[in-house]
Amino acid sequence: MSGDKKETEQTYAYTPGLKIKERMTVTKLRRLPIPGEVLVEKGDEIRPDTIVAETLLPGDPEIVPAMMKLGITPEGLPSCMLVKIGEHVNEGDLIARYSMFFGLINRELHSPISGTVEVVSELTGQLIMRGEEIPVRVDAYIPGKIIEVIPEEGVVVETTGAFLQGIFGIGGERQGKLRVAVDGPESTLTSDMISSEDKGKVLVGGGLLALDALRKAVDLGVSGIIVGGIDSGDLMEFMGAGIGVAITGEEEYGITLIVTEGFGAMTMHNKTFSIFKKYDGSDVSINGSTQIRAGVIRPEVVIPHSEIAEEADEDAAISAGMVPGTPIRIIRNPYFGAIGEVLSLPVELQVVETGSKVRVLEALLNDGRKVTVPRANVEIIEE
Amino acid sequence: MAALKKAVEEMEFILVTDVGSTTTKARFFHKRDGEWRFLVAGEAPTTVEAPYEDVTLGVRNAVAEVTELTGHQILASGASGIIVPYDGEKGVDLYCTTSSAGGGLQMMVTGLVASMTAESANRAALGAGAIVMDVMSVDDGRQVHERIRRIRSLRPDMILLAGGTDGGDKEHVMEFAEIIKSAKPTARLGTQYQLPLVYAGNKVLHSRIKEEMGEAFALDIVDNIRPTLEVENNEPARRAIHEQFMEHVMSHAPGYTKLMTWTDLDIMPTPAGEGLAMQLISKAYNKNVIGVGLGGATTNIYSIYDGRFVRSVSANLGMSYSITNVMKEAGIDNIKRWLPFDLDSHDLRNRLMNKMIRPTTIPQALEELIVEHSVAREALRLGLLHHKSLARDLKGVQHERVDISWIFNIKGEGTYIDMLKIDAVAGTGGLLSHAPNRAQSLLILNDAFQPEGITWFFQDSVFMMPHLGLLSTVYPEAAWQIFDKDCLVRLGTVIAPRGTADNGSAEVMTVEMTMPNGETIVETMKFGELKLIPLPVGQEAAVKVTPGRGFQVVPEEEGSGVLEGTAMGGEVGILLDARGRPLVIPENPEEQRKQMIEWFKEMNLYDTEW
Repeated sequence: MSGDKKETEQTYAYTPGLKIKERMTVTKLRRLPIPGEVLVEKGDEIRPDTIVAETLLPGDPEIVPAMMKLGITPEGLPSCMLVKIGEHVNEGDLIARYSMFFGLINRELHSPISGTVEVVSELTGQLIMRGEEIPVRVDAYIPGKIIEVIPEEGVVVETTGAFLQGIFGIGGERQGKLRVAVDGPESTLTSDMISSEDKGKVLVGGGLLALDALRKAVDLGVSGIIVGGIDSGDLMEFMGAGIGVAITGEEEYGITLIVTEGFGAMTMHNKTFSIFKKYDGSDVSINGSTQIRAGVIRPEVVIPHSEIAEEADEDAAISAGMVPGTPIRIIRNPYFGAIGEVLSLPVELQVVETGSKVRVLEALLNDGRKVTVPRANVEIIEE
Repeated sequence: MAALKKAVEEMEFILVTDVGSTTTKARFFHKRDGEWRFLVAGEAPTTVEAPYEDVTLGVRNAVAEVTELTGHQILASGASGIIVPYDGEKGVDLYCTTSSAGGGLQMMVTGLVASMTAESANRAALGAGAIVMDVMSVDDGRQVHERIRRIRSLRPDMILLAGGTDGGDKEHVMEFAEIIKSAKPTARLGTQYQLPLVYAGNKVLHSRIKEEMGEAFALDIVDNIRPTLEVENNEPARRAIHEQFMEHVMSHAPGYTKLMTWTDLDIMPTPAGEGLAMQLISKAYNKNVIGVGLGGATTNIYSIYDGRFVRSVSANLGMSYSITNVMKEAGIDNIKRWLPFDLDSHDLRNRLMNKMIRPTTIPQALEELIVEHSVAREALRLGLLHHKSLARDLKGVQHERVDISWIFNIKGEGTYIDMLKIDAVAGTGGLLSHAPNRAQSLLILNDAFQPEGITWFFQDSVFMMPHLGLLSTVYPEAAWQIFDKDCLVRLGTVIAPRGTADNGSAEVMTVEMTMPNGETIVETMKFGELKLIPLPVGQEAAVKVTPGRGFQVVPEEEGSGVLEGTAMGGEVGILLDARGRPLVIPENPEEQRKQMIEWFKEMNLYDTEW
């Protein structure tokens, strides 16, 4: 042995906390699914709805049984055509006609779609038409500046603003004006707090979201809801399915929901709530996409503003670890949500109520209680 | 693989870690007076979440704990790795690690027609224990760009490409191959990760698929899942998915490449290490063994049965990341049936969902521990069903297509495993190893697996079976010394007959035990009873079990009906289990809770006044 057993004043063992930053630089990669054209340039100032890249996909093919409709033989089809190959036509336009007996019998073929004639087959007597090109567009999602252009693929957008992560969410990217709809971080967001004026807005609830409020929000066209907690049964009922593993973001529920603390009634973290209060009325961009597995993705709220970003020094935060005095938050029962600071970090394992011997820390909670909790059950609050 | 820095016989300190999906466990071994022993453990949450996204940080944290507890410096300065070799003051002579940090398996499958090849492919993936995130087919009404966007946003861990009967459609199959290739999904498991692709489509395309996809993907080509329209053959695809998962997906995680530079041996998937340890038990005692590693994201089950070794990894059954999937698959009522107290279903769901979203937390309150123990029983039960579906004889390669229900509906028929012939059960994994009372892990394993006849029970002391399995590949003597003395906990023996009865007055069995002091104990057990007879570690008792009417303790082909054998002593003792096989739990909630309390009291399971 190279040394004696010693008391420690520092530990590295802790659970990462969710990011709750009032001022930081946020960058987003915006990328087309297949190559296309980038519509903006480096340095351009853009809005969330600015289309930054676009591509056109060939339209769907449509097979038209012209021979049958005109009552002709396959080889007679070319002479009946009134439009050329490659020519654009609109839905309903006359594209072929067959006349007999000096016009006494007329059979006409109208285009079933808008698009172009691609093939006139003398073998099958069919026309193959191609529908209109389908545009695929990518918007900027957040306002800001283009800091990088990836030719034919997309761009990187940068902005300064508040950046807050939730713990779980459903639904994809959306924008809207932020409205704090409750009095405090512990309040329940109920349906009577939502009105038709909230259409397109992102509402902030407190500790719990009632199911009828969620449904009313969808009916009224609310863009998103950010809330501390939701009952998992209510969420299942809303989604119409249980959640096995948490991989979300592609759902079409007509709303994006971001849960900041967890399931059940959960007072929203004070710091989170106070940032929302401060920026009440601001434009926000939200994304409920969540993947809880190695390579975690958490839902996010971006509140763009022009205040100067803090210098991020995450490496320092990581290496600093926990020491007496480090502000922490407990993330498991029986003290879930309690905030306090580390008093001490005993080296020896200690027995907790379950009878297990675990690594613990002693904490002084803000309400004055002194408690012992497993180290795995706290997260550091980054100041 | 780097070479060992010191000859094994000169080694004094060895550090082995296991990077689990939830927790990173460091185990520190030391040679003292010529004998290898386990010295101390360090644990820390696995760091796969932002802002860290680098598993080596969790390793550093766990190793830092070892240093805290021993004063022995192991970490090199500046986060550059582990000091190897030991220089007389600091460092270790060997550092190696197992890993299951990648967690569960989420797949995408493609086929040509939704109701045909795509459906077969879906069944194969589900049968391999995967969660199928999306099924793509020509007739799913989606555009190319929508499919590409979907693949990118879901970041599947593996793709199963099927489609076309043998000699049938080629172009649409290649079209899907193109889509997958152009999607270039971002790897959730780090940039070095090569996405596994299992091809189980038209055999005519084998060379084209190899040409197109061989470089960009970890490609495995297997027999067509639908060789003709009438025949479904999903076994080869199912087994390929299973193997690819173990080899490619579960051990990878952000920071994996960096961790590789720290280790003296190749990083081994945790189930490979656990499997080696389970085989050690079977070999040492010459017994048929069912072993389990109950993890945060996966449940790994091993059987060594009449010389045959089978390993199954249920990719989405686990106690943290996968806990809500256990709830979904088992059903909330099946979890509640193990609880000795009333708990509202909403509350229970919320608790499990909260564990899933914060997977590295651990129970502090007793009630929360009991809830997790209930979920564990269900995860193990479902895991064993999955295992049995793999532990079966292959009857030719092609089967007439039948409407195969997905895996959790398979009742285990067709397996060659007869629970009456299982001689030993062994458990490892965080929940079992950290159970505050060994009787808890014995009862969890017993309730979930429901072995029949006389079965010995073992468990991992502080979770180091994967570590020792890996160590045994280079230094078997050291691994066995530690395994025998510090790892393998002898829990005891369970005696349980097969069969059930309608009421509590039915006699289930009479057990005659000749104890080491010569005393004979005779117990006649009534239906529903559970009785614990102390028999310490290191002692054995001769046992004669005579089953009651309607009950069975020996396989049918073995005649007499009376079972004679040996009960192994252990930290728990001999458990006479007359609760029936399958185990019968009252359906009425009040009676069920009362019954649980009675059983728990008999076992002195939890330190509480009921």
